[in-house]
Amino acid sequence: MNERRPSFAGQPAASETTDRMREAGDEAAVRAVDLPPGWDEAVRLEDDPATIPDPADVDLPDELRAEIERLMARYPDRHSATLPALAAAQRLHGWCSPEAMRQVAAVMQVTPAYLSAVATFYDMLRTQPTGSRYVYVCTSVACHLRNAKAVYDAIAAQASEQGLEDVEIREFECLGACDMAPMASVDGRYVGPLSTGDAPELVRALREDREVFPGRGLPDPGYRIRAAAEQPPGPPEEPDVHPAGGTWKEAELLDVPPAEGPAPHVRERLHPLDPGTSMPQEEHADEEEGE
Amino acid sequence: MSETRVLLANIDEPDLHTIAVYERLGGYQAARKALLDMEPEAVLHELEESGLRGRGGAGFSMGKKASFIPKGSMDKYLCCNADESEPGTFKDRLLMQKNPHMLVEGCIIGGIAAGANKGFIFIRGEYETQADILDAAVAEAYERGYLGKRILGSDHSFDLVVHRGQGAYICGEETGLLDALEGKRGNPRLKPPFPANQGLYQGPTLINNVETLCNAPLIISNGAAWYRQYGEGNSTGTKIVSVSGNVQRPGNYEVALGIPARELVYGLAGGPPEGREVKCWFPGGSSAPVLTKEHLDLPYTFEAMAEAGSMLGSGAIIVVDDSQPLVPLALRLAEFYRHESCGKCVPCREGTNWTVKMLERIDEGEGTPMDLDILEQVQGNIMGNCLCVLGDSMAMPVASMLKHFRTEFERHMEEARARRDLAELQPMGADELGSMAEAGAA
Repeated sequence: MNERRPSFAGQPAASETTDRMREAGDEAAVRAVDLPPGWDEAVRLEDDPATIPDPADVDLPDELRAEIERLMARYPDRHSATLPALAAAQRLHGWCSPEAMRQVAAVMQVTPAYLSAVATFYDMLRTQPTGSRYVYVCTSVACHLRNAKAVYDAIAAQASEQGLEDVEIREFECLGACDMAPMASVDGRYVGPLSTGDAPELVRALREDREVFPGRGLPDPGYRIRAAAEQPPGPPEEPDVHPAGGTWKEAELLDVPPAEGPAPHVRERLHPLDPGTSMPQEEHADEEEGE
Repeated sequence: MSETRVLLANIDEPDLHTIAVYERLGGYQAARKALLDMEPEAVLHELEESGLRGRGGAGFSMGKKASFIPKGSMDKYLCCNADESEPGTFKDRLLMQKNPHMLVEGCIIGGIAAGANKGFIFIRGEYETQADILDAAVAEAYERGYLGKRILGSDHSFDLVVHRGQGAYICGEETGLLDALEGKRGNPRLKPPFPANQGLYQGPTLINNVETLCNAPLIISNGAAWYRQYGEGNSTGTKIVSVSGNVQRPGNYEVALGIPARELVYGLAGGPPEGREVKCWFPGGSSAPVLTKEHLDLPYTFEAMAEAGSMLGSGAIIVVDDSQPLVPLALRLAEFYRHESCGKCVPCREGTNWTVKMLERIDEGEGTPMDLDILEQVQGNIMGNCLCVLGDSMAMPVASMLKHFRTEFERHMEEARARRDLAELQPMGADELGSMAEAGAA
């Protein structure tokens, strides 16, 4: 995790650093290449630790300062405003960038390290610039039972197909809307139940900055969950291979005709055997020994 | 038998979230009564008498919890736990979205019982709509003088703040919630000291779930005896049950505790889709050990669920029908808890991680029968060995699935192994096989 630790002191731009590292044949450059600017260096032990920024040195918008000051006044202890303050900075910057953290730190008079310790704990605070808007697709237990993973995959595929930018699309843990399953939260507005067929329109609406599925959002007036008949069925059934008594014999199984496609949760590398290519058992054993 | 709507009595009223409609339907009368006509001790006594048990998961008596708050002039706090993140639970979302003033009134009454002058509603950050509605409701309540200094001319002052979390299941654990509210990572604390003695900002703190606090105005208005007419034994009152998963009519149903579980799953929620049967069900959110269809005739109470080896928890029933393979479900469940583990205690941090790895192995066809024994053992080593119950929340359902459906786990493992072995052979075309055979012959 060390390479992800932020360092705030004036450091060279990320591309320069990684280029230099790559030229030097440094292995770390390979790992660092996907990290955003400001986050790709290990802590430099020779530097002084980042201290509480002096408000005079930090340039920050007046609205953000006013908002954080309002938040701090709500609590007996100003530290309590950390979460809402970081959220406010994130709304402004799109993510909790080192710059955003420095601004919050200057107003709250805490160290940037304190803020990044907090920000990295919470799922909704982005410590990488993944997008200033979000689509959280719930794939937790109740949604899983209604095939939510397929909905997520469809949305993610559409997003890359249509070239959707600046939107963070991710699987999310239970969003507290299991009655709407499968569902997604689009910038805080819950929409559902969704099916894989909804993915193109959802992504299109996001790209064109329209409201996603008017009338199908939880806050919409008169919202009702559609009847079960219209809801997508559960995950596809397991391939119908049932060795009796929970045991199996390899020879018998090799004669079983292949099921149609892999099970939903099975990784790509699993492909049923084509009929007619089965091999004698001894050779199979040989091959295993060979490995 | 059907629903008994007490908390949800007015839920379909248009614009219930505005203070005008809420007041027209008798809202804030309970707060008025508690502030002006009753002593704080009487309020506390009434809550204790009602037998109301916490609706967040633990099921601890609310009145008793409030009575643990020491008397004295120190700063005391009320926290409403609205970080509803337990998979399967969505009752608080409905209450906050449709009837936010009921919660505000409940907080005022809770504040009186605890002697607290400052209250916080910790709502999960994902509930943006509901948090906005609550913010508006709190502002309205301030305007009408139900919140603030010397409410309605009484001696009691009460301030209420809506605090938004930023996405962490562990903040639903009461001490994790306190740390998050203090602006830290939401790590649970060692107990004791319990929050009632040393909670938020080291002061005595009463923490209650949204639904628990929403019951308070009803109890104060109608009396403890009225409340006790609902329910059975030590499970008094009504409960909003969130039914989800493989049912035809998922949703929130308010029932008197003691109703048969079958009535909830089949009668109200419509049961599994046509042609399918219940394989197992979680009676109290994803943390509760699963029960099988034989348990559906038990009365839905805290006691009966505990006797059957599970728990009523937050009152969320997730139904799993017989088309669902259990290993991927257990895996999804374990992945959830691995992601949400704060990492403070080793058994939970490592236990959830290794459970996921073992289930993945089983699912990918690399498991051996010994894995099931190790899996079982790991669950046993997590339970009861951490600061909070997050680890247990994974260990209990996974262990119960293994207990009830061990043969399915074994079969799944064997099938996955068979598929993997077949897959390893598949990439080789006939030519390769031929050349291999030649090599073997030579």
